[in-house]
Amino acid sequence: MESFFSRYKNPLLLMAVLFIQVIMLASQVKRPDDPKNPGAGGTRLIRVWAVNIVTPIERTFIGTGHFFRNTWRNYVDLHDVREQNRKLQAELDRLRMEQAKLKEDAEQAHRLQHLLGFKEQFIGTTLAAQVIGSSGSEQSRVIYIDKGRHDGLKVDMAVITPDGIVGKVKEVYARSSQVLVINDRDSGAGVILEKSRLQGDLHGTSQGETVVKNVMSDEKVDIGEKVITSGGDRIYPKGLPVGNVTAVNSDPEKPLFLSIAVKPATNLGRLEEVLVITKMAEELPSAGQSSGPIRAADILAQRLPTVPKSPDKPQENAGTPGASARANKPTLGGAANQVKKPVAGASSGVTANDGKPVVPKAPKPKKITGQPDQHPQAGPSDSTKPGKPETRPPSSTTEKPPE
Amino acid sequence: MSGAVTYTSREEIDVHRFSWGISIGVPLLAIFFQVFLPVRLGFLAVFDLPLLVTIFFGVARRKPMSGLLTGALIGTVQDAFSSQPIGLNGIAKTMIGYMASSLGVRLDVDNPGSRFLMTFGFYLLHRFIYTVIDIGLVGGSEPQNWGHLALCAVCNGLLAIPLFALLDRFKLRT
Repeated sequence: MESFFSRYKNPLLLMAVLFIQVIMLASQVKRPDDPKNPGAGGTRLIRVWAVNIVTPIERTFIGTGHFFRNTWRNYVDLHDVREQNRKLQAELDRLRMEQAKLKEDAEQAHRLQHLLGFKEQFIGTTLAAQVIGSSGSEQSRVIYIDKGRHDGLKVDMAVITPDGIVGKVKEVYARSSQVLVINDRDSGAGVILEKSRLQGDLHGTSQGETVVKNVMSDEKVDIGEKVITSGGDRIYPKGLPVGNVTAVNSDPEKPLFLSIAVKPATNLGRLEEVLVITKMAEELPSAGQSSGPIRAADILAQRLPTVPKSPDKPQENAGTPGASARANKPTLGGAANQVKKPVAGASSGVTANDGKPVVPKAPKPKKITGQPDQHPQAGPSDSTKPGKPETRPPSSTTEKPPE
Repeated sequence: MSGAVTYTSREEIDVHRFSWGISIGVPLLAIFFQVFLPVRLGFLAVFDLPLLVTIFFGVARRKPMSGLLTGALIGTVQDAFSSQPIGLNGIAKTMIGYMASSLGVRLDVDNPGSRFLMTFGFYLLHRFIYTVIDIGLVGGSEPQNWGHLALCAVCNGLLAIPLFALLDRFKLRT
């Protein structure tokens, strides 16, 4: 027996080591990490150890590089211009995000979708983070950022850039976090095709591509069509850019469905700084609700012509400065029907410069009655048709209801 | 205690020794570069530095026990940085370390041509083992892009020539 072990020592050791690793692997597959109990289990611990050893070195590298680069920028190479450019770039990035959100919200407003009862999400606050590492392999698409539990990060927080979504936080450590990028095969996100309004699920592939699945094969999808987040996954806010359709094929696994290849809006191969959405302001739209973040639909409504006041009460605003001007303001449609509720078509909120939602001081929406508008500029619209409710959202120019 | 790990070649005269610093530092450095460099230079993800180090130490030490343990440790630490369950790279690199050290006993693996071919083959074998484990145990279903895989194998084979020559400098012979 002794000679057997000594003779086959190496193969036996190989089998023993492989057996241990297979058992370890199997235990992970059967029992995934409990997000409510981070740090539990030896497997989790080894990840923490490895990450905690390496990330300080990476932070040092990144920090050193930034120190020299910032020194050069701030004190040698056009100090003021660089600084101003940095601020303008930040402002531009913020505006681009707002523009994307506003565009999506405006289209929703035009479609007059009543989303009452749907709990909408808004970007509350974000936290900028530096990308300091990656998995280093093509089989796993994850990145590491220099913000962690001490900075308020939690699992499943969305990670974005001004160009579009990046992924979600998968693991949170003390001073760093692991982010699962959208082109990882384990990632998933709810998306909408912007024009056709088809909903699907965004997945990564083992080749690092992103595809939209669960779209029926009889639907028409155009190449180049934009893909945005749907908000249905409760991770990414609605309306954020995801990418553009590059190819449409039949799903080999599900012949009745399409496999839509998407080129991500964000360059996932060259990520340096990202934003983590640390707080999502939520609002449940209801009649009479007007507090909370300013919604894009409200901004749109302020830019649109208003409904004229009821002609049977002409004396109501007679003595008020500017009343005649408001009365003569062109409108989009007649007010043949009463406005019961504000439009709930907005999906994304507008945040202030500090990232916090702006709380407007808008008046509560009022019921509006009146005759069909006769203004020549008021073109035909759905809202002018009998039986359809006036759906203009509340704005500062909303007139009082008749006494 | 000499402060160095001694690995005796089964060839008659070669006895390779590596200091503790090299034995520990080189694998850690390889993992660090593997994790850090692709952040800025994404194309570097085609290289598998931990695998190359596993192969090098395997063929240099020529002891299967040492080779498989080296592969197991390097692979497990590498797994810690991925989103996949820990063990995929560990198992694959354990087997590669074992086979590399077994191969080092039998073949001349010191000339550049054989090093290229050896690394090319081991890379493909590593990915094959990885994929089999992935599909069989973890539930992965998507096939590999074998054309891209072959390109990666060539790249790693080419990188192995100068890298192994560099690491040869740390061999201590008696």
